[in-house]
Amino acid sequence: MNPAPPTSVAEDYLSRDRTLRSWLTTTDHKRIAILYLIAITGFFAVAATAAALMRWELLSPRGDLMVSDIYNRLFTLHGVTMVWFFLIPSIPTVLGNFILPLMIGARDVAFPRLNLASWYIFMAGGAITLFAIVAGGVDTGWTFYTPYSSTYANGNVMAMAAGVFVAGFSSIATGLNFIVTIHTLRAPGLTWFRLPLFVWSLYSTSLILVLATPVLAVTLALIMVERGLGVGVFDPRLGGDPLLFQHLFWFYSHPAVYIMILPGMGVVSELVTTFARKRIFGYRIMALATLSIALLGFLVWGHHMFVSSQSVYAGLVFSLLSFLVSVPSAIKVFNWTATLRGGSISFDAPFLFALGFLALFTIGGLTGLFLATLAVDVHLHDTYFVVAHFHYIMVGGMVMAYMGGFHYWWPKISGRLFPRRPAQVAAITIFLGFNLTFFPQFILGYLGMPRRFHLYPPEFHTLNVISTLGAAVLGIGYVMPLVYFAWSALRGQPAPNNPWHATGLEWTTPSPPPEHNFDRVPVVTGPPYDYPGPDA
Amino acid sequence: MNANHPAIPVPYVDAAQRARAGQLGMWTFLATEVLFFGGLITSYVVMRVTYPAAFAAGSRHLSFAIGTTNTLVLLTSSLTMVWAVALAGAARRRAAIACLVATGILGALFLALKSSEYHDKFVEHLVPGNAFRLPAGDPPALQIFLFLYFALTGLHALHMLVGIALVGWMVVRLGRTPAPPPDNAPELVGLYWHFVDCVWVFLYPLLYLVTPS
Repeated sequence: MNPAPPTSVAEDYLSRDRTLRSWLTTTDHKRIAILYLIAITGFFAVAATAAALMRWELLSPRGDLMVSDIYNRLFTLHGVTMVWFFLIPSIPTVLGNFILPLMIGARDVAFPRLNLASWYIFMAGGAITLFAIVAGGVDTGWTFYTPYSSTYANGNVMAMAAGVFVAGFSSIATGLNFIVTIHTLRAPGLTWFRLPLFVWSLYSTSLILVLATPVLAVTLALIMVERGLGVGVFDPRLGGDPLLFQHLFWFYSHPAVYIMILPGMGVVSELVTTFARKRIFGYRIMALATLSIALLGFLVWGHHMFVSSQSVYAGLVFSLLSFLVSVPSAIKVFNWTATLRGGSISFDAPFLFALGFLALFTIGGLTGLFLATLAVDVHLHDTYFVVAHFHYIMVGGMVMAYMGGFHYWWPKISGRLFPRRPAQVAAITIFLGFNLTFFPQFILGYLGMPRRFHLYPPEFHTLNVISTLGAAVLGIGYVMPLVYFAWSALRGQPAPNNPWHATGLEWTTPSPPPEHNFDRVPVVTGPPYDYPGPDA
Repeated sequence: MNANHPAIPVPYVDAAQRARAGQLGMWTFLATEVLFFGGLITSYVVMRVTYPAAFAAGSRHLSFAIGTTNTLVLLTSSLTMVWAVALAGAARRRAAIACLVATGILGALFLALKSSEYHDKFVEHLVPGNAFRLPAGDPPALQIFLFLYFALTGLHALHMLVGIALVGWMVVRLGRTPAPPPDNAPELVGLYWHFVDCVWVFLYPLLYLVTPS
């Protein structure tokens, strides 16, 4: 990279116009990122509260805090909100929206008004979902399995499905915007194999967003029609096929797992190179591994259906294909590790989150192989082992990466530094709290405790108490950043343009950047991660 | 606004980049549409394999004449659309507007014929739901066929409405004086129109031609 010294005298994007109206009508990708940040932080709080109540209930085996029906509604609320209103939008809409145009030397995303529209659609979907929650909730689980959801469940399935349906169009708009942005708005000289890996990961994620989400939309629409009009293709009483629902649902929802994890992998690539001050090991294979995970992710949905009445041969094929996903994933883990070797590492908070990601993603990925093994899955299906596995990927992987990326780019976003030591303490607290919460659940699941029950035999008591204790630690870990980021926003020291001495075009802009990012279109002359970078 | 090219809005650097973005944006959007219809067509395929007799019977309840006429109407509208795009590109505005109006009228004719088909189904109590009456001698899964018929053609008709609105917008845009600088908006609307046509090219045999007798 060839950073030009910033010559801007333009006002930064934050102080340009401080009215609420200017924020709600903005087409600036950076402001839209902040709008998304506020929204998804709110949804995270709602979903995390539901999780806290569930863990509190599980402190005792007898179920003395709530009745089963309330518990069912809580885990549905937790799942729906976390998946569609936090995990899927988080990195793309907050960090991606903010950083992607800066990284590729563009003034904005390709369709700025569509970008703003996507936020409004997201908020509309969120409002409908919140209405469904306040009006009494839904007890189907986030998977909306038919015919329970379409015929028998007595909650607000219609409203909940409608909320997710609407929010899906916001995902599609974001994915479309990113794909076109990356194809058409790259700065001169920024060829595909000079793109930062975060851009590759957003590109791959966007492919999944635009290709998988429409299938979810049409599936949810079919559920709503079946529930509302009593006609449809899922309920066997109507002549329908419940397995058809599961196929359609997982055709979206398995790729959705990669929507959640691929952006995290992109963030970790940025963090590892910056804090090891080394070029990424195997850049090209990293980029291609990202794409191949996105493509393979479309071929494995049947591993969610091993114990449905799906044919055994289909099960075998899906099992084999699921193993294949581990190859590019493992390449990534090895390459990150190889990048660290011989690096001059500084243990700032973003890097601690990245290290946490490496450890937890590896555990989550390896236990995924257990579950992809047909025979083992028959034993582990629908137990806490599955819950622990996907939380290691979703929370241990994705949320750690989101936190790491957020800390990393915070000085660029806010123009302020955050206190070093409290952030390191928060990263370690979250790591410890996470393991304390979810590692016991692997054991619980292996011993046979089923998921989605709030009553359990007393022999599972100790492990559940440890898990709840861990959740409390994790909760403290998540509150700490709220405190020091609020402090930093108000009182933090002004950040220099490039506080981490990182490469990458985003660090050549002022902190915070002006409205249209670059005065002159930057010209790129070299590969990414050209460490030891500027000011070293 | 961009300092170097006042007519080119942020984020683009020039008109060519803007045109490329519009094109890729439309193609990507159409890819999402393929998957959207794809979910429904998958359901159709699974149900048809499960209930072949009911689907054959259902197809016989549809009007072969109207379905075939509508296919011809839509294919012709694609022809007028191609002309409109070519003429707009050659800056022959009046001829382009005439072709767009013809496209819009053919689209409206399609919807009119479709509505009359829907009307017949209402009269015959063949609309799935509470008012559905299974004709004597037909298998119960007939209702599933008709449900998929209404879902697929209804979704398609919705896309037709959007298409006609876009064509109307193009007419207004091309009719403005002074003439706006030529861009690729007609081409993008054309892409969308042809896509909606292509969907019908799949729906017609799936729904109307199950039994050729």
